Amino acid sequence: MATRTENPWIRRTLIGIALLYLGLFIFLPLVVVFYTGLSKGLAVYFQSFSDPAALSAIRLTVLTALIAVPLNLVFGIAASWAIAKFDFWGKNLLTTLIDLPLSVSPVISGLIFILLFGAQGAFGPWLMDHGIKVIFAPPAIILATIFVTFPMVARELIPVMKAQGNEEEEAALTLGASGFQTFWRITLPNIKWGLLYGVILCNARAMGEFGAVSVVSGHIRGQTNTLPLHIEILYNEYNFTAAFAAASLLALLALVTLFLKSIVEYRYRAELKAAVRTENV
Amino acid sequence: MRKVLFIILAGFIWGVSVSDIYAAKKITLLNVSYDPTRELYEEYNKIFIKHWQKKTGEAVEIYQSHGGSGKQARGVIDGLDADIVTLALAYDIDSIAERSGLIAANWQQRLPQKSAPYTSTIVLLVRKGNPKNIKDWDDLAKPGILVVTPNPKTSGGARWNYLAAWGYALYKWNNDQAKAQEFLKAIYKNVAVLDSGARGSTTTFVERGIGDVLISWENEAYLAVKELGLDKLEIIIPSVTILAEPPVAAVDRNVSRHGTIQVVDEYLRYLYSEEGQEIAAKNYYRPRSETVAKRYQDQFKPVKLFTIDEIFGGWQKAQKTHFADKGTFDQIYQ
Repeated sequence: MATRTENPWIRRTLIGIALLYLGLFIFLPLVVVFYTGLSKGLAVYFQSFSDPAALSAIRLTVLTALIAVPLNLVFGIAASWAIAKFDFWGKNLLTTLIDLPLSVSPVISGLIFILLFGAQGAFGPWLMDHGIKVIFAPPAIILATIFVTFPMVARELIPVMKAQGNEEEEAALTLGASGFQTFWRITLPNIKWGLLYGVILCNARAMGEFGAVSVVSGHIRGQTNTLPLHIEILYNEYNFTAAFAAASLLALLALVTLFLKSIVEYRYRAELKAAVRTENV
Repeated sequence: MRKVLFIILAGFIWGVSVSDIYAAKKITLLNVSYDPTRELYEEYNKIFIKHWQKKTGEAVEIYQSHGGSGKQARGVIDGLDADIVTLALAYDIDSIAERSGLIAANWQQRLPQKSAPYTSTIVLLVRKGNPKNIKDWDDLAKPGILVVTPNPKTSGGARWNYLAAWGYALYKWNNDQAKAQEFLKAIYKNVAVLDSGARGSTTTFVERGIGDVLISWENEAYLAVKELGLDKLEIIIPSVTILAEPPVAAVDRNVSRHGTIQVVDEYLRYLYSEEGQEIAAKNYYRPRSETVAKRYQDQFKPVKLFTIDEIFGGWQKAQKTHFADKGTFDQIYQ
């Protein structure tokens, strides 16, 4: 470890600023969310979840995440595998395209689907004639969520896979392992931390997405409201306690995922250290 | 790993199986409405469901969607599968008819009173005790008064607000349009926050405590007072204001595709019945029925009202002169 040469006051000030910032912008709002949600007592707090509109919003949010996350997981592994382990024409283009949803405003992401599937859009009239509801219905919400969370897994995996190189896979193949065996026994165990992290990020965004989903949802109570949209409605109905109760559910979800991540990291820290070492080589 | 897969699968099946959208046959209606009507239709739907059950023995389920009036109209045009639209102003239903053909062009003549079963008006909401002594529209144009009103480009309520002030100015200065424009310019110079919808403006004024006066729907003002405290707010009725007529209509093409013609027709007509009018009045909308109006006469003070047809020659014309690109609003608010 390098010897510290800074003035201790500078160190303390810097730490103080960081803590103050964290407290002011992260911790305080979090406390307010839970405090307001619980301000009328536990009974009211839990009652706000038993409302049919709230239940339906929770259900749709869970369903959306359960479809979007696995799909992006499969895509993320495939894309990062291709990008990290092989060279092919158009690789840079693919990498750029994967990043696209992150650089586009969520409103635009939503409008894209209106332009495609809306009644005045490219495929809208055909879908309507065949009685298929996409826009202002769960399919559009799921599509928009997939679009927005598309880069989450792949972006986490590409650096990890690149750092690991091809040697282990090549060795396995030389020893007679099939392609699938190589993937299952060599590649997957090597990337599982990156993968886990990607899935956590992807899930958090899938459940929390507001902008794109708001554009394609139609805001039909009990049908096409996700949890974030439901929170906005409750707030606009002067129902602040219920709004913050629902908000605390989303916040709780984030805290639980962070907690799980820490547990996993703690239990496997030896492996993690090894992984970090190989990454830094 | 297997356990995780199992949980995911179980959750997935639960999610799909209970999704209402794939639920078994039952008549379902979708009423696409504007912001302030949430409480009104929540209550109305309950009695209509009972009424329809009694009349036909059929169960009907009614879903609601709320948002800024213009935005909601755009949604219906883009495929939001509404059976019924109940919007803030006729112009928005006209645009659905015009741009998508989903509604017959003569929709406004199909129901009594220009398809507006209840009316409202535009009032001023101030803080308790009226510290800035605001009595009429003139006071809004005085320097140093902070006004809250939504953006007329996106909000139907905001357009009524704008036209109400304009109409007052015409009364005051003997139909001098230039004077009216000057007057509106002075008011909008005082605007502190220009939200995108009426409900947003109400929360800005009431919850966030911004501004001295909120220009608001009468029903929205009453609701704010009821929800957020008799000790904090006061409603001021201006000397002259506009008669706002929020219209309702069946979305013809969606209705015939869903096979819901009869129930939708009854839904709209029942709004004019004693029961429907009673609920409108209870939710602070001025009822059309005179007997119901009599019962609520303490709530709705008599006020000198003008209609949009009298002063502005209807919504199409008002929209063009005031809110279209380079209209008077663009000229005064740059």
